[in-house]
Amino acid sequence: MNSPDMNTIKSPVSAAPTPRVIVREAAAPRPRWQVWLIRPEVVTLVLLVVASIVATRLSPFFADLGFILESSTYYIEFAIVALVLTIVIISGEIDLSPAAQMALSACLFGTAFKAGAPIPVAMGVSLLSGLVMGAFNGVLVTVLRLPSIIVTIGTLILYRGLAQVLAGDKSISGFPGWFVGIDYRMVGIVPVPVLVFIAASILLGLFLGITIYGRQIYQIGTSEIAAIHAGIRVRRIKMGLFIASGLTSSIAGLMVASRLGSVRYDLATGGELTMVLIVMLGGTYIFGGRGSILGTFLAAWLLVIIATGMTVANIAINAQLTVMGLLLIVSIIATNAIYARSQR
Amino acid sequence: MTVSAPLVSARGISKSFGGVEVLRNVDLDLMPGEVHALLGENGAGKSTFAKILAGVHRPTRGTISLAGKPVEIPSPIAAQRLGITLIHQEPISFPDLSVAENLVIGQVGAKPLGRVRWAELAKEARRLMGLLNVPIDVTVPMRGLSIADQQMVEIARALASDSRLIIMDEPTAALTPKEVETLFKIVRRLRDEGRTIIFISHRLEEVRAICDRVTIFRDGDKIETATTASLTDADIIRRMIGRPVADYLHRGVSHVGEIALSVRNLTLPGRFENISFDIRKGEIVGLGGLVGAGRTDVARAIFGVAPAVSGTIEIDGKKVTIHEPTDAIGLGIALVSEDRAIAGIFRSLSVETNITAAVPKRIAPRGIIRRAVEKALAKQAVDKLSIRLATVRQPIGELSGGNQQKAILARWLLAEPEILILDEPTRGIDIGVKAEFYDMIGELAAGGRAILLISSELPELLALSDRILVMSEGRLTADIARAEASQEAIMHAAVPRSGRTAGEGAAA
Repeated sequence: MNSPDMNTIKSPVSAAPTPRVIVREAAAPRPRWQVWLIRPEVVTLVLLVVASIVATRLSPFFADLGFILESSTYYIEFAIVALVLTIVIISGEIDLSPAAQMALSACLFGTAFKAGAPIPVAMGVSLLSGLVMGAFNGVLVTVLRLPSIIVTIGTLILYRGLAQVLAGDKSISGFPGWFVGIDYRMVGIVPVPVLVFIAASILLGLFLGITIYGRQIYQIGTSEIAAIHAGIRVRRIKMGLFIASGLTSSIAGLMVASRLGSVRYDLATGGELTMVLIVMLGGTYIFGGRGSILGTFLAAWLLVIIATGMTVANIAINAQLTVMGLLLIVSIIATNAIYARSQR
Repeated sequence: MTVSAPLVSARGISKSFGGVEVLRNVDLDLMPGEVHALLGENGAGKSTFAKILAGVHRPTRGTISLAGKPVEIPSPIAAQRLGITLIHQEPISFPDLSVAENLVIGQVGAKPLGRVRWAELAKEARRLMGLLNVPIDVTVPMRGLSIADQQMVEIARALASDSRLIIMDEPTAALTPKEVETLFKIVRRLRDEGRTIIFISHRLEEVRAICDRVTIFRDGDKIETATTASLTDADIIRRMIGRPVADYLHRGVSHVGEIALSVRNLTLPGRFENISFDIRKGEIVGLGGLVGAGRTDVARAIFGVAPAVSGTIEIDGKKVTIHEPTDAIGLGIALVSEDRAIAGIFRSLSVETNITAAVPKRIAPRGIIRRAVEKALAKQAVDKLSIRLATVRQPIGELSGGNQQKAILARWLLAEPEILILDEPTRGIDIGVKAEFYDMIGELAAGGRAILLISSELPELLALSDRILVMSEGRLTADIARAEASQEAIMHAAVPRSGRTAGEGAAA
């Protein structure tokens, strides 16, 4: 070590011989409060607060936390998958097939059950199928090096089509009572799916935030080429993410099956858009490298509140879609503006 | 220099980026018919000044007059209309369009029905290239051209719009000596036609060869404008860095040990063939050659980024297989790659994250990152290489190029490599930091590391290398001992024996 005196680096003024150097070598660091304020999750949080206030004004039901938690179960399966999708997007890829994977894995579960398999075995089949579907996406992206947006649009159609071939147009039901109605099982006032979502958020948040894999995922998303040159096993990590996405989708598919008590090929139709909406609302950058689980977590609640708020306020479904679309665009503009600012 | 009125008169030009003043109160007159060098270290403000003239940036304060009239230059298109053209270091063009189409971009007005008169277009393009006397087929796509030829096209484009002021930002960085000569001939002709040329370069010998006057910048201030002949190299360097420069001569005969890396018959079709060489511990082996000769490809193959198809690599006498960089790193190889912006830094991530990127095991022995360890490692590296920054948590993109490069070197030193491949490690780095790099490279070798140094700067190769290998068109053409090494010997081996110089200049 040539100059162990670290203070000269921290406080340019005291570095008497070459104060000039500091002026141009690096821009002054941003004040800490500013760093915090320009995080995109803050936008999500502000929107969440505003939405809650507006919703409470619209309907007195809204002060009731239990009501909100109950209404959330319709979105919570998508929100769980959106957590994994957040990580996929941070790594610079995208997966549009999870909703179709939910449908196919749930239909496989239903078919296996109808064929006489006990529920645990049928669930195993479903999870295995999620693994295989995710791995298939992963192979196409990492081995054949195809763009994930095209690959997963392809497999979205493929998996949905397979579900229809497998299950036909009829729904499969008749599951035993203990399997059905996961959304009515409560711990206190919290339905089990919400609990799963919260637990998954904490686990994945820690995974992304404090493990070396999380760090490497941000690095891959920031610059894949630089990551390869730094010896990061980019393909292996991406493969893992696609498999995780498939596995999570099959779990979400089973949760839907339990909630509805039946499965059909059109289960979770259009869910991929809801998932992308949640991830984007949470401030994750569509080109990778930035984003957080916290943002997605907040965005899921934002979506729940807006959607239920509008339903309670008797706003027509078409108008609801319009609001969602506008919200997505606004959030993308905000995220982009924030990142452009912090880039300078 | 003439006594006529200045073509461009800049007064009190200042520019700030996000609160950081990068240019302060610069006054400068540019005469018609002169070649004017802007000199200074990276970040001194020369490029910013040039970009203000070219309409890329707008000054925070100050006025610009063109031929006596005050002008506003709000955009590059406005600059073009005023007769000011900026030629970029790496030409920005449409690689899939033909030379002719690139040449007349922005020139062809909308003909009725939006028709394009291809024949006329090609004729005009040929006329322009004819002015430069450069044999380039205007119907081929830009992609196939060497960087030098692409630059010629850019210059022709400047002629097409009849520019009075042509700004060349490090035009020779990627050119071979012969191409530089051609470029200079053209620059001289443009000057004789009464045009003004701003020439930005780090290479003093080039400035001497072609520039009438120089203006030296330092830390955003204009230090001096003088005729080139009135300043010695030492004068110029002292004004650029504000202190006398340490001589970076070779550290004398080093302690060379066992063979560390041995490469035999390495082949990657289309890139390189039959490459065989050894590097010993403590030895710095230079690898010279023209841009596109396949040097970078060999480095990438050894490091596993794009492995060779056949041939063998031995480390410490043992045969190894390297499929991907992770394998290479595990075997004690490190590569500081040529393209820092793309293959080196994670621009928006913190300096500490960047520095520790190649040693996940050290910062997270059990998978969980230990912030304290990480911070300590990064700070040690920052001190050791005297990386100038505000805090290690700052995004690396906020540092100057030289300090980014130091951070990348720091990353690899943490990995404690036995074999270090440096691909153009000092490209685009200012003179002061370059000298520090030379010292560090010397120290690393003295510490028993085997170093492969790829460089296009012959003085750098000659000063640092114990032995110099030369590649030409994918083959090793020479292995020159230090005693016999000279610029001539290297160039002799580097220039292909038949035909024009490398057609695929951009491939490196």
